[in-house]
Amino acid sequence: MRKAKDLLRMGLMGMATAIICALSVCLVGYVLLKGLPHLSWRLLTTAPSYLTDTVGILPDILNTLYIVVAAVALVLPLGIGAAVYLNEYATNKRLVGAIEYAAETLSGIPSIIYGMVGMLVFSNLLGSCLLAGALTLVVMNLPTVMRTTQESLKTVPQSYREGAFGLGAGKWRVIRTVVLPGCVDGVVTGCILSVGRMVGESAALLYTAGFAHTLNNFFTGLGSSGATLSVALYVYAKEPGPGRQEAAFAIAAILMALTLIINLAAALVSRWFKRRRAL
Amino acid sequence: MKGRVFERAVHGAFLALGLVTVGCVLLITVYLIVSGLPAIRQIGLGAFLFGDTWASTATEPKFGILPFLLTSVSGMAGAMVIGVPIGFFAAVYLAKAAPRGVKTVVEHIVSLLAGIPSVVYGLVAMMVLVPWVRTAFHVPDGAGLLVAILVLAVMILPSIIKVSVTALEAVPKEYEEASMALGATRVETWFRVSVPAAKSGIAAAVVLGVGRAIGEATAVMMVAGNAPNMPGLFQSVRFLTTAIVSEMAYSGGLQRQALFSIALVLYLFILLINATLNFVLKRDRGA
Repeated sequence: MRKAKDLLRMGLMGMATAIICALSVCLVGYVLLKGLPHLSWRLLTTAPSYLTDTVGILPDILNTLYIVVAAVALVLPLGIGAAVYLNEYATNKRLVGAIEYAAETLSGIPSIIYGMVGMLVFSNLLGSCLLAGALTLVVMNLPTVMRTTQESLKTVPQSYREGAFGLGAGKWRVIRTVVLPGCVDGVVTGCILSVGRMVGESAALLYTAGFAHTLNNFFTGLGSSGATLSVALYVYAKEPGPGRQEAAFAIAAILMALTLIINLAAALVSRWFKRRRAL
Repeated sequence: MKGRVFERAVHGAFLALGLVTVGCVLLITVYLIVSGLPAIRQIGLGAFLFGDTWASTATEPKFGILPFLLTSVSGMAGAMVIGVPIGFFAAVYLAKAAPRGVKTVVEHIVSLLAGIPSVVYGLVAMMVLVPWVRTAFHVPDGAGLLVAILVLAVMILPSIIKVSVTALEAVPKEYEEASMALGATRVETWFRVSVPAAKSGIAAAVVLGVGRAIGEATAVMMVAGNAPNMPGLFQSVRFLTTAIVSEMAYSGGLQRQALFSIALVLYLFILLINATLNFVLKRDRGA
């Protein structure tokens, strides 16, 4: 009797795990098989044209790049600064609690709400443009960068700080020369995770960054409306017309490949830092 | 003296950066309340929350979000019914039973699932599941609640598994050793000792999944059919999230304000879920 129950539970566990593995293999395989054949040089290097009725995703690739660069450049100082404050300066427990509670709340808010508020605040100020989208992404990813940085700040040994103070360094000097170099791994991990989320984000960008597919350079790009890859996928998947579905699958394959790369990078970085710390 | 002023300034700067998160939460809350309340006041709270028809563009527009509320809740519940058992058993396997190599591989797979963008889930479901449902159940259009539930069930798996595994791994070894010393088998120990000991962590994982399922917009938008019907497995439906997305682009006036009100309702839902999450985790720390 007990044997049977044990076997049943083992079976259920094995089955659940097998379902997950099979599902992800099928998912990745399907997307890559359906998408890669449509990845042509023309698709990657042209803008969509209504004259020739062709689809090109170069503007979307560039927009994704611009928005990620801008958002990361803004979120890093904010996230690191908040983490340093919490770990190095804050003495008031209430304030720490409030900041951490706020960060938890932020990480639970669905992206469509970010999109809505981003539209009300940033797009009202700046118009529907990549910068408004980037600012929305900054708020979304702030908790991630803050948390990973905070975690690695906690691993910087207290004795380092004491040593530096003992040598007569001021607080800022200690932070700049001892604390910040010690939290590089958290910053890098937070960065990778955020980039992954930014690349995949769609709901928050629909009404902040817009849908346009025009070619821009970095600075005019930030000021004008533009679709990222994920938004373009969303639009093409629903749009009837020649080449639209194929473009959607091609973008899906690109996004899938990026997800694989980002996951791999995160795993490698954490392993590398762990090994370095063990030395 | 100059040094001290400088240190003060640095301290102040870091304090300001720390307060950015609090400022963002306040900003979001205030904006949602200010822009969400006027429509509710104009439509009436009862008519808004419990009105069973949404006809925002009719000549006599009606703004009842009951269909969206019920759809969001039933979609979430359906996703839980499918996702929680799979996630739970997989988490126990990973935390307790799996050999090292298998565990590493499966954990990478779970992270991968977590990282796949929701538009990709939406696209695959749209191309594979929607036609499958249409032919398998002989319905005119496959897009509807059932496919949305299946997609959400897959999308919540990673958060359920990750948080549950962490909780299960934190159970003190002594508990399990004591149980086995008393003659329980390994499997009995996992399910009757480790799981109860980690129950608040597992509960937190489930609540996190609820939040994900309620908040997902684009993947659902691509597969749920998007007509404001009352929920039914094969009905084309609209969730709270997709109700906002689908009309935002062309709305104006009261209709637009009503969309802000839907966002406010959704936000309150999420705050409630966050509070539950905190309560579940705190209770454990207190005990």
